[in-house]
Amino acid sequence: MSRIASAFARLKADRKVALIPFFTAGDPSIEETVPLMHTLVKAGADIIELGVPFSDPQADGPVIQRSSERALARKMTLRKVLEMVTEFRRGDASTPVVLMGYANPIEAMGRQNFAALAQRAGVDGVLVVDIPPEESADWVRTVRANDLDPIFLLAPTSTEARVEQVARLASGFVYYVSLKGVTGASHLDRSEVADRLPKLQAAIPLPVGVGFGIRDAASAAAVAEVADAVVVGSRIIQEMEASSSADLHPRVAALVSELRGAVDAARRA
Amino acid sequence: MKMYDLPDARGHFGPYGGVFVAETLVRALTELREAYEEASRDAEFQAELAYELKHFVGRPSPIYFAKRLTEHAGGARIFLKREDLNHTGAHKVNNTVGQALLARRMGKKRVIAETGAGQHGVASATVAARYGMECVVYMGSEDVARQSPNVFRMKLLGATVVPVESGSKTLKDALNEAMRDWVTNVESTFYIIGTVAGPHPYPMMVRDFNSVVGKECVVQMPEMIGRQPDAVVACVGGGSNAMGIFYDYIPFEKTRLIGVEAGGDGVETGRHAAPLSAGTPGILHGNRTYLMQDEDGQIIETHSISAGLDYPGVGPEHAWLKDSGRAEYVAATDAEALEAFHLLCRTEGIIPALESSHAVAHALKLAPTMGKDQVILVNLSGRGDKDLNTVSRLAGITL
Repeated sequence: MSRIASAFARLKADRKVALIPFFTAGDPSIEETVPLMHTLVKAGADIIELGVPFSDPQADGPVIQRSSERALARKMTLRKVLEMVTEFRRGDASTPVVLMGYANPIEAMGRQNFAALAQRAGVDGVLVVDIPPEESADWVRTVRANDLDPIFLLAPTSTEARVEQVARLASGFVYYVSLKGVTGASHLDRSEVADRLPKLQAAIPLPVGVGFGIRDAASAAAVAEVADAVVVGSRIIQEMEASSSADLHPRVAALVSELRGAVDAARRA
Repeated sequence: MKMYDLPDARGHFGPYGGVFVAETLVRALTELREAYEEASRDAEFQAELAYELKHFVGRPSPIYFAKRLTEHAGGARIFLKREDLNHTGAHKVNNTVGQALLARRMGKKRVIAETGAGQHGVASATVAARYGMECVVYMGSEDVARQSPNVFRMKLLGATVVPVESGSKTLKDALNEAMRDWVTNVESTFYIIGTVAGPHPYPMMVRDFNSVVGKECVVQMPEMIGRQPDAVVACVGGGSNAMGIFYDYIPFEKTRLIGVEAGGDGVETGRHAAPLSAGTPGILHGNRTYLMQDEDGQIIETHSISAGLDYPGVGPEHAWLKDSGRAEYVAATDAEALEAFHLLCRTEGIIPALESSHAVAHALKLAPTMGKDQVILVNLSGRGDKDLNTVSRLAGITL
């Protein structure tokens, strides 16, 4: 069983919802990326989603855009992201790591080469924002052949036919984008999520996570009532932006602990 | 002659093109494709488009024999397709009229656009005013500074111009920002892309709307000289004016199709915007095509004297035409374009856009290598009023 599948099986047994924090590899600094991954796990993260910075992040709002720009200014590359995962695995053999990014850095490395290197580094899943199902036949084969889970997005605008298509292609989990917009937007439609999630869960034999627009403990709790996983990105990066190097780890840990508490409380309620 | 019928149903031109976008945009693109296919088959829509092109844009645009330019170059006769005479001063309006009619048909009351030089922004603001729609134009803040006359035009036409501060602050970043707006306001908003790039159906649709240029030439050239030209030359940034004039010439295999990219300081210096000449294939802005990128797949900053060509990608159909050998792609430097700009002003009394000056520059190189009985047709895609500040600064003229 893959690390992602085991993690969700364990959570299900404990009747818990997965908490998946996201941040960009290389921001706030290259040296802090791996220590921050460990901090997130200690504070209650079940899966880490690590952003691979790209020069043209079309699906991202201003917070993740800025974060990508800072990481690229420090010469962050996909190759270095894979080295970071290798280093993380030396201290953590069980927490799943999902890479999230855009197609072009992977194309430049070569899909086959990337998938082989990612597997060797200890990556578990890959979400490429701009490879939708219709362009993914070859991609899914390559990723699966290297024991990586291809993660796909679904949106409020996805038709039933597309949900079925994603159900066939995806493994690990499916990521439901909870709003019309880019990452970090502030208008999560809770009733839309509550209405749609059960339908998705019925149609897809995988856990369904929700992300984009989860800003605080309250919105995380609302999503946790219906979803199998809660993804928080821009809010974590904002906390990192507001921190100094002295209080970076405690502040990020405090935020993730708070989200953890909210997510767990929502499920018990 | 075998039929050219690209793209395929999923928007692919061989290995290029496609729909490389986030799931959040897929339904909007599907709806757009269906609406466009329906409109393409609707005689009423086509009749209205033809009426607008004739009475609002001023089509057909003439072809003009550039006699003194020809004498200066020495060799093949140079003809100019006068897209600079269109309403708003460039070929861009052919496409925005089409897309605005489509937006209206789809019931969208708000249009958005990205712009580099500002020509597409002006053409979008123009049609939005014409059809009574709200218009927001995204423009890199660098371009806002160097194309101020067009910014003023857009504002006069009632559009909101949003300067984009992210990334390199140029056309590619404006495109990113327009996409973000679209994904957020997808129900009310129609995104008018200005070039033959982006996800399917845009490369096909923008080509089709601009193909009126080549369709006219195929009729006009035999009327003027009794046959088709030996070469058709057009500048290529994203590539909309070039696809517009090339498309109907693809079956005329004796006619060479030559795209001229922005060579900037020279392709060998790395400071240019010539992905077909010196780039490699990758994925950007929803399609697979040739890109200016580093070895890690990050998009690199481009350089050109002309804001309209300052783009790190190129329409996927050009990528296919290059690989298949049907079209050739070369580059003209900033200096060559500027020289051609001044030459056309003084020999023909036509002030060309700096973009179009790249095509003229290549025609000047090509003509002396050809016989006097041969013919080059240049797409003079726009006029140069918007470039007067740039050129005067370089020439040390105070306005």
